[in-house]
Amino acid sequence: MTGSAVRGVDLTLCYGERAAVHHLDFEWPAGTLTAIVGPNGAGKSTLLNALAGLLAPRTGRLEVDAELARSVAYLPQQSALSADVPVTVEDLVALGAWSRTGPFGAVGTHESAAVREALRRVGLHGFERRLLATLSAGQRQRALFARVLLEDARLILLDEPFNAVDARTTADLLQVLKDWHAERRTVVAVLHDLELVRESFPDALLLARGGVAAGPPAEVLTAGNLRRARALAEAWVDDAAWCLREGR
Amino acid sequence: MTGLGAWLVEPFVEFAFMRRALAAVAALALGAGPLGVFLVLRRMSLVGDATAHAVLPGAAVGFLVAGPTLVAMGTGGFLAALLVALAAGVVARRTVLREDASFAAFYLIALALGVLLVSLRGSQVDLMHLLFGTILAVDDAGLLLVATVATLTVAVLAVCYRPLVVETLDPGFLRLHGGGGGWHLLFVALLVANLVAAFQVLGTLMAVGLMMLPAAAARLWRLGLGATLALAAGFALAAGGAGLLISFHRDLPSGPTIVLAAGFLYLASLLAAPLLGPEGRLRLRHREA
Repeated sequence: MTGSAVRGVDLTLCYGERAAVHHLDFEWPAGTLTAIVGPNGAGKSTLLNALAGLLAPRTGRLEVDAELARSVAYLPQQSALSADVPVTVEDLVALGAWSRTGPFGAVGTHESAAVREALRRVGLHGFERRLLATLSAGQRQRALFARVLLEDARLILLDEPFNAVDARTTADLLQVLKDWHAERRTVVAVLHDLELVRESFPDALLLARGGVAAGPPAEVLTAGNLRRARALAEAWVDDAAWCLREGR
Repeated sequence: MTGLGAWLVEPFVEFAFMRRALAAVAALALGAGPLGVFLVLRRMSLVGDATAHAVLPGAAVGFLVAGPTLVAMGTGGFLAALLVALAAGVVARRTVLREDASFAAFYLIALALGVLLVSLRGSQVDLMHLLFGTILAVDDAGLLLVATVATLTVAVLAVCYRPLVVETLDPGFLRLHGGGGGWHLLFVALLVANLVAAFQVLGTLMAVGLMMLPAAAARLWRLGLGATLALAAGFALAAGGAGLLISFHRDLPSGPTIVLAAGFLYLASLLAAPLLGPEGRLRLRHREA
């Protein structure tokens, strides 16, 4: 790799034969804080899945620095979590120690203290024994952030982290995200709130199945680019076969 | 011994077949009850039902090939149920059909095929035994099978508790950290093994009864996962014991009586849990305040 921590080269990602992301090129140095934005169905979560190693490229390359690839934390959309499973907040957050405990290892005193500290940092001190089902959407998101904190990962992937949470929770969790950035972790977040991206993110990637623009939000989130992204997403034919880029 | 004590104890003291039946139903309850909780939490209740029905054609093939032997029918049932559980899952993922429709299709085919296969060589009595079980006639081999499956289930649930819970709670997390599919396969294999064991005791139509009803009843109490698993096993044990006693004293078929006893616990929980569970206690505290 040429100095970048994460790089996509002519990247095409498919579900079955349907292309969700088409011929995407991007490059992020280590320690960047990047927002992936775009209309619904633009392929944002698909790209995040690929970055997490859950989806292999159909064509092109996705290069992730070896150190980062070994240390990935992924915060899913809340809908991916079965919150009615009657486990405690502590149980959920302690999963963040999975890479150290493995599937069969016990959560020791040291990890329990780390769980309490992570919960304190996200404003859920004292919630350890509460069942997940009794939390509000915002509190559940705080708990998921605490799990990511415990994972202590170098590459942090967040899928719509501020959806369905109130302004206070967004502000608190945004601070956690900024702390990660200050610690030189590479953070990639899928977001819908363009104002939030303009205010708080140094980098953005505008996606509409393919890349529309990348760089500082002020240059990426222009009216023209957003119009083009919307038009591309609306014009996309789901049944169209994926194809090789011309000239390759 | 007189009165209630005699009613509860004498059938088991006097009759060996009742002691064997109690041992079988107790073993089944300890494994199937907790497993049912995972099934409910994974929204796979219909999968359990369909898989239970899928045991029949496999057992019938075993019956046709080798006669009514436990090994032949158990192996056939296990393979057929595993095949249906996996195939219906694949159909649900690869076609426009949702999981409920694909499992309903497979279980109807399996049940019809099973009845047809048994009727090719068996009598009406054979068919009734396969459909409703023979708990009062469970032999050494059957008892050993049920006990082995129960032991295996409890051991696997204890050792693999954490990954099984995570796979239920957040399957994406487990995939990210390796081995999501393997844990699901392990769970399905446990499910099928328990249904084959239950098939020996309760028959294909009732096999899932001691798995689903106690689990659904236990979930209504809104307890933590550990307590829910224990309560489901307790409910299944209570339903098994009560069903056996009622069927003995009232001369009723045992399998359906056991499942009805579990059904009673489910209905009682539906009524009582809102009053006596955590929500009810909270309401009471508010009223007192």
